[in-house]
Amino acid sequence: MTGSSAMVWLDYLAALVGGLFLLATFGMVVTRQVQGCLRYFILQSVLLCASALLLGLRLHSWHVFAVGVIDLINKPFIVPWLLRRTVREEIFSRREVTQVLNIPTSLLIASLLVLIAYGLARPLLHVADGSYISINLPIGLAGLFVGAYTASVRREAVPLFLGLLAMENAALFAGFAIAPKLPMLVELAVIFDVLIVVFVFGILTRAVHEHIGTTEVGTLTLLKEESKP
Amino acid sequence: MTLFVILAIPLLMAAVSAAFSRNRYLPGAVTLIGAVAVLGVAVRPAMQVAAGMRVVGIANWVALDGFGALVLLVVAIVGATAAVFSLGYMGKHDGTVRWGRSYYLHFNLFLFALLLVPMASEPILAWVAIELTALFSVLLVAFENTHAALEAAWKYITMMFMGAAIALLGFLILFWAFELGGGGAFSWDVLHAMAPHLSPVLMKSAFLLIVVGLGVKVGFVPLHTWLPDAHSQAPSPVCAVLSGVKTTTALAVILRLVPLLPAHLVQSWLLVIGLISVGTAAFLLLQVHDYKRMFAFSTVEHMGIIFVAAGIGTAGGNFGVVFQILTHSLTKSFCFLAAGAVLLAVDTREIAAVRGLIRTSPVAGAALMLGGLAITGAPPLAVFLSEFSIFRAGLNAGHYVVMGLLALFLTIAFIGILLHVNRMVFGQPPDDSHIPKVALPTSSVLALGLAAVPVLVLGVYLPEPIHQLMLAAATALAR
Repeated sequence: MTGSSAMVWLDYLAALVGGLFLLATFGMVVTRQVQGCLRYFILQSVLLCASALLLGLRLHSWHVFAVGVIDLINKPFIVPWLLRRTVREEIFSRREVTQVLNIPTSLLIASLLVLIAYGLARPLLHVADGSYISINLPIGLAGLFVGAYTASVRREAVPLFLGLLAMENAALFAGFAIAPKLPMLVELAVIFDVLIVVFVFGILTRAVHEHIGTTEVGTLTLLKEESKP
Repeated sequence: MTLFVILAIPLLMAAVSAAFSRNRYLPGAVTLIGAVAVLGVAVRPAMQVAAGMRVVGIANWVALDGFGALVLLVVAIVGATAAVFSLGYMGKHDGTVRWGRSYYLHFNLFLFALLLVPMASEPILAWVAIELTALFSVLLVAFENTHAALEAAWKYITMMFMGAAIALLGFLILFWAFELGGGGAFSWDVLHAMAPHLSPVLMKSAFLLIVVGLGVKVGFVPLHTWLPDAHSQAPSPVCAVLSGVKTTTALAVILRLVPLLPAHLVQSWLLVIGLISVGTAAFLLLQVHDYKRMFAFSTVEHMGIIFVAAGIGTAGGNFGVVFQILTHSLTKSFCFLAAGAVLLAVDTREIAAVRGLIRTSPVAGAALMLGGLAITGAPPLAVFLSEFSIFRAGLNAGHYVVMGLLALFLTIAFIGILLHVNRMVFGQPPDDSHIPKVALPTSSVLALGLAAVPVLVLGVYLPEPIHQLMLAAATALAR
């Protein structure tokens, strides 16, 4: 196989990974089990790392490759482990009974968000030179919107939080392509930052569970301008 | 070197607080010593910057320009007064609360992150630092461990993290624009120098994403919903830091982006976003029930004022921005300390339940009155002068409608806050039974006294070094 055909294969693979990344994000919208949501998040994180590895190979950039490897240890393994350690196990076996919007409606809205993301990314792509940016930037933007949507319709604490983490994954998914020369120290700081986020979320979820007796954080409405505590 | 000393002190004190968390007095004492030491050390680099020098820790990573020095100084001042106030405030909570032992650990870490933001000259390092300020303050917001506090903390962290992800993409696009514009060492200075060569479409996208993402942290309407909750539920010394400087540090990073964009475009955005925040907050101020929420809405209002000032775009406007940042941070932290003193005296946050405070606790009553007058911009206090400088700059630049609306909203806010404060301080208690006088902890009174000094002094006398620093800061914001 010649060098150029290997490059073509890498491009195909990158496009495939991008599509699967978006699918995994959709998976987080439709699943009702907390456990399932976590699995989709892990899948999404693995695909994020795969994209970074492919990009590292394609651009011969060892540090994008290295960040991909580090993130492959961090997101799919350490983050779920830390989450399970800090949040009570029983929360993970839960099914969400009430949802703000039902699943077909959610899918429809998520699809619209993807269309909007592609529309918004178009003017930016005129500036782009590499094919990777045209794959990763719209998908990253779409993932950001769909993740935000997931976080805002979820009532259960852990899926809501996973929606937020998916947003960050999506930002990084676009980021690896548009800013491959980012200093490695910065990327490591961003990765390290996620661990503190998970830790703090875990502690807080646990406290909410113990004190208020529910992790349906979407139903907490004590603090309003009208009501008097 | 000095900059690393400033960063190392709170980290060291955090370690000591964690190691001796069972000791009743030690964590509070070392935190106080640390915060005062930070202030003492921070004065020197700030004065060097005011004299026209640059203080560099690591070139293009950690450095202090005029604007950074001003924000750093404000953070250090507010941190020190909040540390003094914490002593008496925490004395009441010792050991009874879930996170009681780790209060000072989190306080020091929070202070560390806040001090890092103005020093970060690498934009994404600034993002990391802002993210850390949010993460280290979550458990401080949840500190009281009541239903309301936990709910506020949950809303807070959710909004913070959502904003962080959006802002992250914005910063990455900024880096993309920077690489296309020539590249080099990614820092505010280099970006500033290459501003005309940056791709406008990328800069616009980056700016909008960052304004939305960091705007959540600043509390612009309609992204402000978490702010009154978090800023009212946290312990008062933490509120003073949250409202006084945490919002400001995030705002400072947005303001650094302004000179990188085409002037006509970004100025109209700033004016509109700012006016919406000021207007909404002014009307919400009329109908609050909780006096800590009242000051929190006033923060939303002031963030809007600073944005309007930044939208004026002239040198005078930039001076107004810097002046308003200085006076608002110092005054608002004083207001929250006063609110904390009121809470210590009457043990309720309800405005309606507090009447005749001047008799119950003269110190808390007088402080609240001064705070209310100061934050609404009554002459001759500091905020009056800074708001006046913004009006003058705005009228000189010909923004008559914007300044007219701003004046209207500020008047509404003035009436709203002073109506509530006046009733609380001088109102007639419902039953005229004899109300016992409440004594405040000495450290709280001391903290109020210290925090009141700049509020009273800056309105009538602006020391020359501070004036020089403000001019240097305004220059750093200019195109």
